[in-house]
Amino acid sequence: MFDRRLVEHFDWVLLALTFILEGIGILTLYSAVNPNADMANLQSLLYLKQWYWICIGTTAMISMFIVNYKWLNRWAFSVYAFSLVLLVAVSFLGKEVSGSQRWLVLGMFSFQPSELVKITLIIMLAQYFSGRASEKGWTLHDLWKPLVWTLIPFALIAKQPDLGTGLIVLLIAASITIFVKIEFRSLMFLTGSGVFVSSAAWFFFLKGYQKQRILAFINPETDPLGAGYHIIQSKIAVGSGLFLGKGFLKGTQNALSFLPEQHTDFIFSVLAEEWGFFGSALVVVLYLFLVIWGLSIAMRSKEPFGTILAVGVTCMIFWQVIINIGMALGLLPVVGVPLPLISYGGSSLVSTMIGLGLLMNISMRRFMFKD
Amino acid sequence: MKERYLKTVDSDWYRQRLSGTLFCVLAAFLILLSRLYYLQIIRGAEFRQLSENNCVRFQSVTAARGLIFDRKGVLVVDNRPSFNVSIVLEDAKDPKQVVLKLAKFLKAAPVALLAKLDEAKGWPSFRPILLRRDLSRDAVAVIEAHKLDLPGIVITVEPMRYYVEGKRASHLIGYLSEISVEELKSGRFPDNRIGDFIGKFGVEKGCESYFHGERGRRHARVNALGQVTRILKTVEAVPGKNVYLTLDIGLQRKTEEMLAGKVGSAVAMDPSNGHILALVSSPAFDPNAFVGGMTYQAWNKLASNAFRPMENKAIQGQYPPGSTYKIITTIAGLEEGLFTEKTRYYCAGSYRYGNRTYRCWKRLGHGFVNPIDALVQSCDSFFFQVGEKLGVDRLARYAEASGLGEPTGIRLDNEAGGLVPSTQWKLKRVGRPWLGGDTLSVAIGQGYNLVTPIQMLSLVAAVANGGTRYKPLVVERIEVVDGSEVKIGEPIPLGRLPASDKTLHIVKKALVRAINNRAGTGWIARIPGMSVAGKTGTAQVVRMNHDKEQKPIEAIPYRFRDHAWFIAFAPAERPKIAVAVLIEHGGHGASTAGPIAREMIRTYMKNWGIEGLKNGKAHPIPEFFNP
Repeated sequence: MFDRRLVEHFDWVLLALTFILEGIGILTLYSAVNPNADMANLQSLLYLKQWYWICIGTTAMISMFIVNYKWLNRWAFSVYAFSLVLLVAVSFLGKEVSGSQRWLVLGMFSFQPSELVKITLIIMLAQYFSGRASEKGWTLHDLWKPLVWTLIPFALIAKQPDLGTGLIVLLIAASITIFVKIEFRSLMFLTGSGVFVSSAAWFFFLKGYQKQRILAFINPETDPLGAGYHIIQSKIAVGSGLFLGKGFLKGTQNALSFLPEQHTDFIFSVLAEEWGFFGSALVVVLYLFLVIWGLSIAMRSKEPFGTILAVGVTCMIFWQVIINIGMALGLLPVVGVPLPLISYGGSSLVSTMIGLGLLMNISMRRFMFKD
Repeated sequence: MKERYLKTVDSDWYRQRLSGTLFCVLAAFLILLSRLYYLQIIRGAEFRQLSENNCVRFQSVTAARGLIFDRKGVLVVDNRPSFNVSIVLEDAKDPKQVVLKLAKFLKAAPVALLAKLDEAKGWPSFRPILLRRDLSRDAVAVIEAHKLDLPGIVITVEPMRYYVEGKRASHLIGYLSEISVEELKSGRFPDNRIGDFIGKFGVEKGCESYFHGERGRRHARVNALGQVTRILKTVEAVPGKNVYLTLDIGLQRKTEEMLAGKVGSAVAMDPSNGHILALVSSPAFDPNAFVGGMTYQAWNKLASNAFRPMENKAIQGQYPPGSTYKIITTIAGLEEGLFTEKTRYYCAGSYRYGNRTYRCWKRLGHGFVNPIDALVQSCDSFFFQVGEKLGVDRLARYAEASGLGEPTGIRLDNEAGGLVPSTQWKLKRVGRPWLGGDTLSVAIGQGYNLVTPIQMLSLVAAVANGGTRYKPLVVERIEVVDGSEVKIGEPIPLGRLPASDKTLHIVKKALVRAINNRAGTGWIARIPGMSVAGKTGTAQVVRMNHDKEQKPIEAIPYRFRDHAWFIAFAPAERPKIAVAVLIEHGGHGASTAGPIAREMIRTYMKNWGIEGLKNGKAHPIPEFFNP
């Protein structure tokens, strides 16, 4: 029972943006892991794996826009609960990599449930906030439920520990809440308690390396050999790109292994070094366009669930882009947040594509509310 | 459902909220874009230069090794600066050419330097590869003058071990050598890496964990030639801890002088706590030769020397104890109640056992002798009879309880345990049953017994201090640079001699008389004004035919000459020092080893200004010791 109008209204722009960014990602990834001869094996493996993940992500994306997104409104809680179960499973069955337990292993692929939770939390919040709205803003009295839904996955993710993803979860929830309008007093109260809790966390829960990263950001020169080193080297890589860049596969900072995690967290530095201001500004503009496009989908949607869902997904992409690039440019502390569609990493890619599939879904079904 | 939504909220309301959101988004992206512009366009040239000059180098700063002092704080082992030349491949455009040019300036074989390049294959290109250590000042000057022709060549100054007095106490101090691949893999040296020097012998090895400090790091900006233009950050190296030996370097020096040209060992100990005051093994080696890396030929020459300079004879050399062993036999006889201080045996110059005659060293015989006289004059016949009555296994028990037959536990490498023979041992090892005659030989310290000088030192020190055997210690304390100390020289008692106070008193009395009585065998070692106690020993290398005429020592080929022993302590009433001297093929204990022991005691007492020698005034010897 496919409506002809569904194809007519299909969001080709969004699809094109997705694949362009993924194409840039593959190219940069190739360069990022290319130069080191020792990594020859790893390189072909990463390169191949990313292709697989793009295929899986595309399938997920398609399945996300085939069925009307409105069923999510009914199933929101189940989907959310399912993702939480996976997240809890990680802390028992998860694979531990360099000190943090983030992955569930499924055959040859490993997968981070925390990435999925970002999406399901957005769905859950959209369902709740779309139920009713008040132009005066939501008060604490109504907000305790979404607060709990946010803090449960946040606590589980922070425990792994994965500060970056945890932070993104908080930012998504905060953005959605502010978007649907929150009463000023409640906002002040929540901000105040947030400050209080995070200063408590600094003294009791943050691991040494996490504190060091934040301190090093505030003043990189305090630790030029440790965490600050990453920031300095990344800035040198980006800056040395000049206007046109050093050219594909010609980045030296990367080749000399000065850049840490050059295929995940610092992929933007590799890109900026090789493609210069021209290339990197283009990528930034592409992301800006993607975000604006997402907001326009929210605007064009004729019903609140679609609007809030679209805003949520767009926020997710927005924050990851801002934090990842801000970190590579030395504007923000080094927290492990992947660059959507470009960084290596299957879970992040698939969850981003699921989000984009939802956006396409909302976009192509906007006519259904036309009278 | 649709209606419910539309009732509560208006799409236009959301549209209005969205424009606020859009504003935030635009602002954030604008910040990113301007930051990109700032980094890549405004400051781009600067960053480009930083990256093109491969700007940042991480240099490792070797920590200075802890120093070694003697017990009085005299510096014994120091560090000196060494100029090392390395190459950074990243900065050397053509490393091979550069190394060949360098070889020309250094007048060195290019092959050796190129080999270093090969060894470092697979290293990160900005990590310096050490080409040669310890350049001369001239070589440094030449390289500095041609540094524009030698891109990527860097000269660093690193601390290098310097043994101030060369061979002095080399067996105790030990030496350093480059860490081997196996040692690196073993996991015992987590802080070390290829090219590091670690202690391989002696205290240098035993205290390795104290000596090596914490490596420092330097974050340096370099120019296109790889020369440092600015130090961005330094993490200072933490120097290693200083070690104070128990050694008295003055005594050590004197003892080494006395042993010059001889083969053997002399050791001295503070009997009250086991501190080693001197430890000499002659000939010695020069640890400085190991510091820069030793050539194969040099090592071979050392290793094949017939007098074994690399062997620490004080703890590795095993010799028959000769007459010094009679102390054990006396203790065993007294403790087993075979005789008392008053018991007298007759010495006719020989003793008949079975169908063999065992000769006393004194052909004419000693006549009737009590145990004290027997020790003083070292009468063999007396001890033949004691040995016969004791039996070898009983004697062995006393020897073992006195610390013979097993290592003393001194913290130096390869200590030998010696040998205390017993009937079982002979059956197992030699394959023949024990003969009664064997016991007679063992009782006077010939035969199968083997001891090390350090064991005899321990024994005589225990006799001196009233019966407590202490573990010999070589390190007195460890000092951290800030002045705080780790004390590790606390005395460690190992046990007591198997002798009552009464027995020890008798033995002590005999040892005093052996030196201070004109008839005593150790008369040569007396020091006027001081009650030295001691015992001579002459250990046979080959079984001499006692029936033959005794020849002058010069007439016997060197390798058949007897080993000379002398063990002593002083002052007898309140012992401050115990010594054990062994001279390989030195002939008679008294004439060769005795004077060395005497001079050691005299030197030590003089250095410490201990009573008795002041102004040469005679110090009265206590009544009971008086001969």
